Amino acid sequence: MDVMLSEVFWIGLIAAAIRLATPILLASLGEILAERAGILNIGIEGMLLIGAFGGFLASHGTGSPWIGVLGGMIAGMALALLFAYLTITLAADQIVCGIMANLLAFGVTGFGHRVIFGMTTVIPSAPPLADWHIPGLAAIPVLGPILFQQNPLVYLGLVLVVACWFMLFRTSWGLKLRAVGEHPLAADSVGVSVRQVRYAAVLACGGLAGIGGAFLSLSQLSMFVEEMSAGRGFIALAVVIFARWHPVGALGASILFGAAEALQFRLQAQAADIPFQFLAILPYVLTVIALVSIVGRSVQPAALTRPYHKEGH
Amino acid sequence: MTDVPATMVTPSRVSQISRVVGQLAVAVVAALACGAVLILVAGANPVVGYVALFNGAFGSLNSIVEVLVKATPLLLAGLGIAIAFKSGYWNIGAEGQIFMGALAAVWVGLNAHGWPAYVAMPAIIGAGFLGGAVWGLIPGILRARIGASEIITTIMFNYIAFFVVNYFVTGPLVEADQFLPQTDPIAKSAELPRILRPTRLHAGIFIAMAATVALYWVMIRSTFGFRARVVGANEAAARYAGISVGWTWLVVSGVAGGLAGLAGMVEVAGVHQLLLEDISGGMGFTAIVVALLGWLHPVGVVIAAILFAALDVGADSMQRVIGVPVTLVYIIQALVVLFVLARSALEHDMFRRIWRRFRPE
Repeated sequence: MDVMLSEVFWIGLIAAAIRLATPILLASLGEILAERAGILNIGIEGMLLIGAFGGFLASHGTGSPWIGVLGGMIAGMALALLFAYLTITLAADQIVCGIMANLLAFGVTGFGHRVIFGMTTVIPSAPPLADWHIPGLAAIPVLGPILFQQNPLVYLGLVLVVACWFMLFRTSWGLKLRAVGEHPLAADSVGVSVRQVRYAAVLACGGLAGIGGAFLSLSQLSMFVEEMSAGRGFIALAVVIFARWHPVGALGASILFGAAEALQFRLQAQAADIPFQFLAILPYVLTVIALVSIVGRSVQPAALTRPYHKEGH
Repeated sequence: MTDVPATMVTPSRVSQISRVVGQLAVAVVAALACGAVLILVAGANPVVGYVALFNGAFGSLNSIVEVLVKATPLLLAGLGIAIAFKSGYWNIGAEGQIFMGALAAVWVGLNAHGWPAYVAMPAIIGAGFLGGAVWGLIPGILRARIGASEIITTIMFNYIAFFVVNYFVTGPLVEADQFLPQTDPIAKSAELPRILRPTRLHAGIFIAMAATVALYWVMIRSTFGFRARVVGANEAAARYAGISVGWTWLVVSGVAGGLAGLAGMVEVAGVHQLLLEDISGGMGFTAIVVALLGWLHPVGVVIAAILFAALDVGADSMQRVIGVPVTLVYIIQALVVLFVLARSALEHDMFRRIWRRFRPE
């Protein structure tokens, strides 16, 4: 257990926590936008999964991991568009549609992967997204390996935290979006199109989750595995509540979950006497604990899950 | 839920039922048509595929029995989800509850050697129910007493249950040979009897039928069912009317968990006679679709469970004949529900437009 006390161990753990937080962070930023606009998107797990598949496919097909990221984003947005049509235009139940979006993504990715690559033992791979060592900064002791030798999508996630915060709280777009989620009738009466804002928010959510999915399949191992989202989209739902629908809070909460995942991987490698199952459940147990500890002190957008019907339309 | 549900607008019960059945038929055909396109994309013949699917499900006595064997746990878990959803309690945790019901059942079954069947069988059935009920109750308590979203907690409990079972079948309860991740066979006296040898039809089907009748009575005829439906339709109104919303959720979370636990139990005691690593294989999620497609009504759930079991069983032979992966079935299943949703929402919208046109100014 000496190894746990070494500096290398801790630097590695924190760097891994930030890396593993990224897909959860991207998904939870998207979910914040959707929920702030009044749409509860349970389908985010499916959007993450289909993003992972779309990203892998695009990178495999074109040889460019960046086109892969784009492919993941588009795949996530495509599923989000279907979800938006059902929940916004047709005003169908958001929870039911979310569950169905997840099932659809599970079916489409499983089917697509088996049809395209066959059921072989050779695992297909795609060009991965290489880490960026930021010149100069990467060489700083301790901070360098933690912050400046990461995957480009990690940096993107950090930039998007600021961008989401600015958009939500410092622009008129953000004001409209929050108004639509709190009091759609009032927003409508001053000329804001509730429908347009909600479509935009859900599509952005799908796009961000799709990029998060692409991170799963294109960073490090660079392969697609069925069900590889492994509940990270659902964890993102809890992150949003824990973060009280705030992007900066989402960053902190995502890193917490990233740390739980990083810790369980490391303990699996080093503490062989603990059954791996006890470690594997860590992120999920943490989610329940986080959720229980925050309730009552976290107030959701007033119009969340409520469809809006424009009168006389 | 401020709008009048579309189902309340229709005047007669018969026309309502025929409308629902009609919708379902259209949705199934549309979903199968989408599936056919995917089969073509995969480079196979959809007609051959669907013939194989139908024959695989209904082509022989054995295949019909297999459909019923598959439908039994789907029906049990689907009934639980139906009563939960109807009460506005979003239990997504059937998968984990199936695992825990199966684990509790196998624990009793492994210890039942030497017990007479009239002790062992009720014990294993009760253990299955309890295992699922406890696993379902914890999120129920967190929802009712603290207000923690059951959507998230039940999903997390699915993952936790999977790893708990995985731990037991590879660790403390691993078979004597220690070769496969599964337990030893349970005691003979604890097995649910086979009722149509040599097929796999087992007495679990009677449990599912009894549960259907019981749930029908509870949901449609009893005061509790009425209250639960009020809670689901309008929580604020239910509170105003003095109905204890928290208590309702506690009860339905336990009952839904228990029914899913029974589904896990029949897989152990009726089908495999032991606990496998992946005993559920996603049944808890299929059961959600079954419940939704059955309009959260016990009779509808029966029909949907048989339909989806047939799709599942048929998909295996479709994969054998035309080489298209079974995962196609998940797409078809999701599309069926989405088409039903879209259609009913569209009709709902049409009703509102027609109503607006004719309403007195």
